[in-house]
Amino acid sequence: MTTPTGPTGPNPEQGLSVPGYIRDHEVHPPLDYSGYRSTALRHPKRPLTLLPHMLTEITSPVLGHDRLGELDNDLTRQHDEEPQGQRIIVHGQVRDSDGRPVPHTLVEIWQANAGGRYRHVSDNWPCPLDPNFTGVGRTMTDTEGRYRFTTIQPGAYPWKNHDNAWRPAHIHFSLFGRAFTQRLVTQMYFPGDPLFFQDPMWNSIPDPKARERLVARFDYANTAPEWALAYEWDIVLRGRESTPFEAEGDDDDE
Amino acid sequence: MTSETTPSQTVGPYLHIGLPWPDGPFAVAKGSPDGFWIRGVLYDGAGAVVPDGLIETWQADPDGRFDHPDDPRGAVDRPGFRAFGRCQTDGDGAFGIFTLKPGPVPGPRGPQAPHIDVSVFARGMLHRVVTRIYFPEEHAANAVDPVLTSVADPRAREALVARPAEDGYRFDIHLQGDDETAFFDI
Repeated sequence: MTTPTGPTGPNPEQGLSVPGYIRDHEVHPPLDYSGYRSTALRHPKRPLTLLPHMLTEITSPVLGHDRLGELDNDLTRQHDEEPQGQRIIVHGQVRDSDGRPVPHTLVEIWQANAGGRYRHVSDNWPCPLDPNFTGVGRTMTDTEGRYRFTTIQPGAYPWKNHDNAWRPAHIHFSLFGRAFTQRLVTQMYFPGDPLFFQDPMWNSIPDPKARERLVARFDYANTAPEWALAYEWDIVLRGRESTPFEAEGDDDDE
Repeated sequence: MTSETTPSQTVGPYLHIGLPWPDGPFAVAKGSPDGFWIRGVLYDGAGAVVPDGLIETWQADPDGRFDHPDDPRGAVDRPGFRAFGRCQTDGDGAFGIFTLKPGPVPGPRGPQAPHIDVSVFARGMLHRVVTRIYFPEEHAANAVDPVLTSVADPRAREALVARPAEDGYRFDIHLQGDDETAFFDI
């Protein structure tokens, strides 16, 4: 069944087996979570069909630096003047669960301003918009999988999910990895936030240890003196299953 | 060793400030001669449109190849072809991706039918869901495609095949309900 690939590539008529990515469903929140009301009409009720990983699933867009503007990774310099709020540096490393860095992958973020309001037509939270803050950033990881943003500390904000509901301060993150299967959208939180206990998005993650992986670490060593506080947040994407090529005595696919 | 991955969280209601790109819907450059639109609407379980969603597509090129280091055959140089499409849903839940038709992609036991992988993100979804788009003119290939034929419900299977439309194809996505789209565990 396994067709090893030689330097000339496989014969499409013969077929091709490729190493897939480790499934990690138990880490993620369920699609149906009653504490987060909006899931009620937005989760499939029928069982998912298992999709073996093939070429479409183990590849993904190779997005280049041409997607990035010069100031996309510094949300404090995208306007004529400085945004309100505490400047922070957010940095970390993107790895897979085999421990390998994920280099040259696009990292996108979006967030509320210091008062907890998004620059979005639907956000009616009566906190002023900041004319100098859009709340959108992009960068690529370097050869070691490292990323770095300069931004401002986002505020908490109320929402209508339940009585007296407040979202803990967070930054939305979007990552591609190097495979369709590695695509991840998540949120980074801040240490010691007193709002976690009542937040359904936080609580939807079944394993408390997995929740903690969404919390950045305050990083005194990387603060910028008289300028910015710093947080370090590493992100771990799915790792590879062992390659079927190895059994054939082939070289590693790296 | 899956215990260390970072959990998914919802894109939330304000994804449209951060994720869409101006050229996002163009998996191939605007005006490409063989380009066509795949248009659809994203629906929730009550049949209401989902205006705060995002659709992403990923596919092979017309030769069935991927511009990616893990495709051992290498890519065919095709300027303007990105293979990746990204479109936010509008106030009517509608999305559209302008692309080229993918070629057959090698599978474990011979070629797979031409297909496009799709991710769906939205407020109210703690994790994305994934489906595939197939093509109506590919009767023979669809009939033996290992993924399409693994969808047990014939009606759901049929719904993964796009319908012909004036400027390309039509592919609606139902997150829940009688017409619930077949989603895949990847």
